[in-house]
Amino acid sequence: MTVRRGAVGAPAPRVEGLAKVTGSAAYAYDRPVADPVYACPVQATIARGRVVAIDGGAAAGVEGVLAVVTHREAARLADTADAELAVLQSDAVAFRGQFVGVVLAETPEAARQAAGLVRVEYDEEPHDTELRADRAGLYTPEQVNGGFAPDTDEGDVDAAMEAAAVTVDRIYTTPMLFNNPMEPHTSVAVWGDGGDEGGGGPGEARLTLYDSTQGAHVVRSTLARVFGLPPERVRVISPYVGGGFGSKGMPHAHNVLAGLAAMAVPGRPVKLALTRQQMFSLAGHRTPTIQRVRLGAGADGRLTAVAHEVVEHTSALKEFAEQTAVGARMMYAAPNRRTAHRLAALDVPVPSWMRAPGEAPGFFGLEVAMDELAQACGLDPVELRARNEPEVDPESGRPWSGRHLVRCLREGAARFGWEERAAVPGTRRAGRELVGLGVAASTYPYYRFPGSRAVVGYDGSGRYTVRIGAADIGTGAWTVLTQIAADALECPLGAVRVEIGDSELPPATVAGGSSGTASWGSAIVAACHAFRGAYGTEPPPGAEAGADMPRDPDAERFAMHSFGAQFAEVRVDADTGEIRVPRMLGVFSAGRIVNPRTARSQFIGGMTMGLSMALHERGVLDHRTGHVVNHDFAEYHIATHADVVDVDAVWLEEEDAHAGPLGARGIGEIGIVGAPAAIANAVHNATGVRVRDLPITPDLLLR
Amino acid sequence: MRVGFTVNGREETADDVWEGESLLYVLRERMGLPGSKNACEQGECGSCTVLLDGVPVCSCLVAAGQAEGRRVRTVEGLAEGDRQAPIQEAFVECGAVQCGFCTPGLLVQAHDLIERVPRPSDADIREALAGNLCRCTGYEKILAAVRLAANRRAENP
Repeated sequence: MTVRRGAVGAPAPRVEGLAKVTGSAAYAYDRPVADPVYACPVQATIARGRVVAIDGGAAAGVEGVLAVVTHREAARLADTADAELAVLQSDAVAFRGQFVGVVLAETPEAARQAAGLVRVEYDEEPHDTELRADRAGLYTPEQVNGGFAPDTDEGDVDAAMEAAAVTVDRIYTTPMLFNNPMEPHTSVAVWGDGGDEGGGGPGEARLTLYDSTQGAHVVRSTLARVFGLPPERVRVISPYVGGGFGSKGMPHAHNVLAGLAAMAVPGRPVKLALTRQQMFSLAGHRTPTIQRVRLGAGADGRLTAVAHEVVEHTSALKEFAEQTAVGARMMYAAPNRRTAHRLAALDVPVPSWMRAPGEAPGFFGLEVAMDELAQACGLDPVELRARNEPEVDPESGRPWSGRHLVRCLREGAARFGWEERAAVPGTRRAGRELVGLGVAASTYPYYRFPGSRAVVGYDGSGRYTVRIGAADIGTGAWTVLTQIAADALECPLGAVRVEIGDSELPPATVAGGSSGTASWGSAIVAACHAFRGAYGTEPPPGAEAGADMPRDPDAERFAMHSFGAQFAEVRVDADTGEIRVPRMLGVFSAGRIVNPRTARSQFIGGMTMGLSMALHERGVLDHRTGHVVNHDFAEYHIATHADVVDVDAVWLEEEDAHAGPLGARGIGEIGIVGAPAAIANAVHNATGVRVRDLPITPDLLLR
Repeated sequence: MRVGFTVNGREETADDVWEGESLLYVLRERMGLPGSKNACEQGECGSCTVLLDGVPVCSCLVAAGQAEGRRVRTVEGLAEGDRQAPIQEAFVECGAVQCGFCTPGLLVQAHDLIERVPRPSDADIREALAGNLCRCTGYEKILAAVRLAANRRAENP
């Protein structure tokens, strides 16, 4: 069953747009609360060891300070299985920047001043933060993020490489990267015993959190477990969220710290916002990767072997294994394929999700290697990819629900003026600039996660309310869910009000894996149909019906992925090596596009983050101290307005008949995938210099 | 100390202001104007941009005492009564808003640009907004919105 066209497919303006342009949208820290207390964390200044003494005396003496809480004073948590969330539970330090205390005060200035006066003595142990492919202690995780097997091996890659007419065998690296949503991670926590917004009976401890999260429900269920409360006594409210890109997809230590701190001042809300600098050790990051990619092909470019073997880091405190090589399992037809993930557990902050975990770094290695293979074979890079299209998913053997990579490549080549690309690198010049074009392929899986429920209500005067505890982190969820409900109810857009961003609403899965529209949207479609089924088109006032997200039998029968082709033009100053990107074009196949206005922003935003990854972003870990030294926007550079000239995204008009009732496969992440490789390949085309380590900086091009 | 200045046309005062307290903090936490955002607190991202006597500043870097007796305009004061400023309308229309956290600062900065430069070139816009970071939109639609608002303003001054 598909939903009729009407609101879906139209470029509806953002329903919360007015609130956001007038400054009235209340993000977590903006929410007016009575009698607030301000929290400032104390962070470890060593990367590994133990706290042997803490002197909070001077801090406690600062006027306005209410409490200094360390592992000695903090309440014992009910569940410490997740070591990242076992905040202030012991004297152990597992990475530099970890919380070792928190100061509460009447003003943020007093809290910060006092936090600086807390004296912590450590028994420092030797730490280890350096990732190298040849280091000792690399291990194979049980699985990698997404539940995938860490290794796969089909056929005989080594023999195929030996026999191949043309081979590529190179190492590619990507650095430690940081999500850096514009809104810092924020939790405003208040413990009450009923009567506040948390509700409930007197005497029952209840925790209310105004939070900046991609999933109010996962924060609620996690904190309930950690604090030993039934979930109904935790409420998480997060209507407006200033970006996340994965870093707000699961609770981090600051959520627990806010809850612990608020215990010291029951009834008073404790406001905790990480500073930009603190985010670099406490809000997740993307692991650095060292990727060995081997490609073997015939002289005609047809692949006989693909191997993608990755070394990356995790934190010794808690494992997160990025699935960097998983995309190589399904991308190209080759009878011999191998992928592997090896981890080093280091004394570093806990890595986590960052936009397109796996594909974003993995397709730098794979797609630059494909460019190198095209060059080695004397083939056009578009043609090389077209020759290696698999009929079915090489990994599962399942048919594709819709694989239109070649159409994306051909359409993009035509639109971008690909024929102007110089076949010989370094030969096209405009004044003092070297000009190059590059291409890379892109993909991202279709995910639809079970666990969401939507409830539709009618007020008797033509207005429908759709309630689901989903999150809009800037994606446009608020708007597209309204469109989906309007079409499913067959009513005008203006008759539907969607409520999201509150754990009191029916459960919803996290805004992650580009899954929101498909997951929440199909629950909404089911609820709207249940509502019409029960009440018809003339519902009585107060009518209400709900439904869970229906099962998706096609997801087991088909290989379901979005695809894209990324094109970039670069201009490199021949004297200074300065790299500019005057044009980027992405052509995507992502199933049905629910809202072209919000979708275009998602694609372009992803591509620009890819540009940023290609040219600017690099977290610098000082191995002597375990410190990310460039921990702010002054030194960790992200693309600014001046870096972006002409970035455009288009898409194939299609519906994926197997992707649920909406036919939409998700668009939040694919925009970043392949973009850095397209730029790196364009740099090679411009200069003849092959850069295999991100970011690409001018010094690498001056020889 | 007591600090008094005009905010969006209204006289406001704040008592017990600490000497190092930022204008951003006073606006957000004492005057009930949380539109201006704190995203880096060191003047690198522009999310806290306000007009101080008509000049865009990062309010996180301005001590509240420096605003004494002066005029401050924030995102909450861009609209004329019920009518949004052209730049506000254009941001919604062009899809220049995503998560919205950088939006208030960008609006103030862009509003200032089109007040000063009636028909800004793309290079003017990029340069003027280069200090306002956005992590969501990729900037393209922000550029489109500023062009649109500038054109409308030039046609109906």
